[in-house]
Amino acid sequence: MWYYIIRRILYAIPVLLGVNFLTFILFFMVNTPDDIAYLHLGGKHVTQQEVTDWKAAHGYDLPLLYNSEQHSFTQTIFWQKSMHLFAFDFGVSDSGRDINQSIAERYAPSLSIAIPALLFSLIVNIVIAMTMAFFRGGYIDSWGVFICVMLMSISMLFFIVGGQYLVARILKWVPVSGYADGWSSIKFIILPVLVTVAADIGAGARWYRSFFLEEINKDYIRTARAKGLSEDVIMLRHVLPNALIPILTGVVVLLPLLFMGSLLTESFFGIPGLGSYTIDAIRNQDFAVVRAMVFLGSVLYILGLLLTDISYVIVDPRIRLN
Amino acid sequence: MITPVILWTDALIFILIATVLWLIFGAAQKDYLRQQWRKAYAHPARMASMVILLCFVVIGIVDSLHYRQHTNQVKSVLDWLMQPTAEQQETTYSAPFATELFTRQMIKDAQGNITWVTPKLQFVHPENVLNKVLIAVGEGLSFWLLLSAIYWFVFVKLYNFHIYVGVPWRTAWLTLGMISVLIFVAKHLMYSYHIFGTDKIGGDVFYASVKSIRTGLVIGTLTTFITLPFAILFGAMAGYFRGWVDDTIQYVYITISSVPGVLLIAASVLTLEVVMQRHQDLFSLMAQRTDMRLLILCCVLGLTSWTDLCRIIRGETLKLRDQDFILASRAMGLSNLQIIRKHIVPNLVHIILISLVLDFSGLVLAEAVLSYVGVGVDPTTYSWGNMINSARMELGRDPVIWWSLFGAFILMFSLVLAANIFADGVRDAFDPKAV
Repeated sequence: MWYYIIRRILYAIPVLLGVNFLTFILFFMVNTPDDIAYLHLGGKHVTQQEVTDWKAAHGYDLPLLYNSEQHSFTQTIFWQKSMHLFAFDFGVSDSGRDINQSIAERYAPSLSIAIPALLFSLIVNIVIAMTMAFFRGGYIDSWGVFICVMLMSISMLFFIVGGQYLVARILKWVPVSGYADGWSSIKFIILPVLVTVAADIGAGARWYRSFFLEEINKDYIRTARAKGLSEDVIMLRHVLPNALIPILTGVVVLLPLLFMGSLLTESFFGIPGLGSYTIDAIRNQDFAVVRAMVFLGSVLYILGLLLTDISYVIVDPRIRLN
Repeated sequence: MITPVILWTDALIFILIATVLWLIFGAAQKDYLRQQWRKAYAHPARMASMVILLCFVVIGIVDSLHYRQHTNQVKSVLDWLMQPTAEQQETTYSAPFATELFTRQMIKDAQGNITWVTPKLQFVHPENVLNKVLIAVGEGLSFWLLLSAIYWFVFVKLYNFHIYVGVPWRTAWLTLGMISVLIFVAKHLMYSYHIFGTDKIGGDVFYASVKSIRTGLVIGTLTTFITLPFAILFGAMAGYFRGWVDDTIQYVYITISSVPGVLLIAASVLTLEVVMQRHQDLFSLMAQRTDMRLLILCCVLGLTSWTDLCRIIRGETLKLRDQDFILASRAMGLSNLQIIRKHIVPNLVHIILISLVLDFSGLVLAEAVLSYVGVGVDPTTYSWGNMINSARMELGRDPVIWWSLFGAFILMFSLVLAANIFADGVRDAFDPKAV
């Protein structure tokens, strides 16, 4: 298995190189650094001198791929901006702040929303899915599925806006938005977590229900029933553990990405996490930050895929990785 | 002088519709396909959602017939049908069915006295709403019954058209009746009131939400349609040839799919926006520019959703290529291209179909999110995302302004719900593994 893991990590290198090259093409070949400078300096009445200065200040005054003056590949934008990402050296944002420092400051608030949201939505979805599977074919099941489809059809934006309006403005249980450090942040966290969980019920519970139904139709369940076990014992002792396997391995791929936070919830609720950092960067057209986030996101996604493979081996001894 | 204008998305929509009609015609010739399709809509809820979906599609098509008259302003046939509402611009917010503006304004009269009043709306003709609704319901019902009578006379009486038992035709019929009544009610009330109120700059919310249907449909369908050829070609090639072809294609789609979707979309849209700004002279009309932006968004969304379909097709082709009938056709001397075209791709159609309908609702929802992030459609395009985006601050006001969100919510929800239910039907009918 170690051999497999090492090979996967080695395979990640060309993929990340590809990601880097993709973002490089998007940011520097389609738009020249001059375009970015014009964009940030505000368009029309910009002199060439200002553009040159801006480029020098942000390190964009190098050739793109090959420096023919110094005969080196390292004194280029590609090396300085893209290859340095491999060392997790994200440099400074276009607005002049250190990106590494921003990430270090902002990942904790992101996680404080993302982890409870994931845990609660897992529990809620599993319970609902199990209830629907237990009463399969009956009224509870068919209405449950219908309600799930309805919930799936509502945009996340409506969940957020509606939740803010109902819980924060009408009932006034929690503040509308904001964030604080330490334990006092709880009152700010509750609503985003609640909204995320509610928005996930539709798709999640319906999906998990299919896992439960798949298990229920297997032979060993028939055997258990033939042994004379009651239906709820079968559900809890036999179906639940086996249905948890696909559910949990499906969650593993998300785990590293929790670090990135959620774009929508964070920006609506004013959480100073990585999600709102990204969304601000997109809105301010801060290409340096977007580039850093693309790289970080890809690394975390590849890590998630690797963890998923490993978790398959752990839960199912029949699978051998090689 | 009316000159028709065909925008890029219009052209693609017409091509798409022609393709779909051709496919339906082809499927109708084959008995087993007819039977499979019947399974997709043989449930009352699915039938109803299919009718509603078709109704949305008709509105979308009517809104895609663009023309311009004298000026440079491009209009669609839908604008013409909703003419008074489209052009009547109030000054600012007003509630649904209100006769006055929502906010007070300072009015200075001739003597210089300052009074605070809520001005009357300019384009509202207060009438008895109940009367109007009753008339409209009557008209809607009679229109529906007239249509049914004509249908019955032509198809049942003259051509002795037999109806399949087990297909919920009655549901379809009743749904059509409901839609007809709703359309007539809307049509009548639209002339005297702002049904869903007006937004910040006084535009009619109902008009905006109806206009947004086309944007939603374009994004939901064209995105998959544009990228379908690539997904099929690369997926089938990777699975069929294996070896280095497979490695290369796999590398490409793993790379693309490892970039978080929103970020890739944002990055592409941001860069292409700069390109569009540099080449502004390419677009002589305002509508062409916003339309191009919509098309770019479709392409970019397709770029990210392409990889999933490609992976599924590759897996399916891997399974197919070792089957006996492929071996047989290879032994008979068919070239690789012929095998892919004649034997592999036809066996992938059900997968493509399922992913097309399953992606649709997700894409409509994604548009709203992207517009919020600021990388969606052009801010001047009517879209639910733009409506939500501009309306979300209004919930903070007191008294609350809820109607913009409500208008977007109602139409978006009915479209996506209908699409989801229909997609379930298609999946059950075509997916052999579906529970």
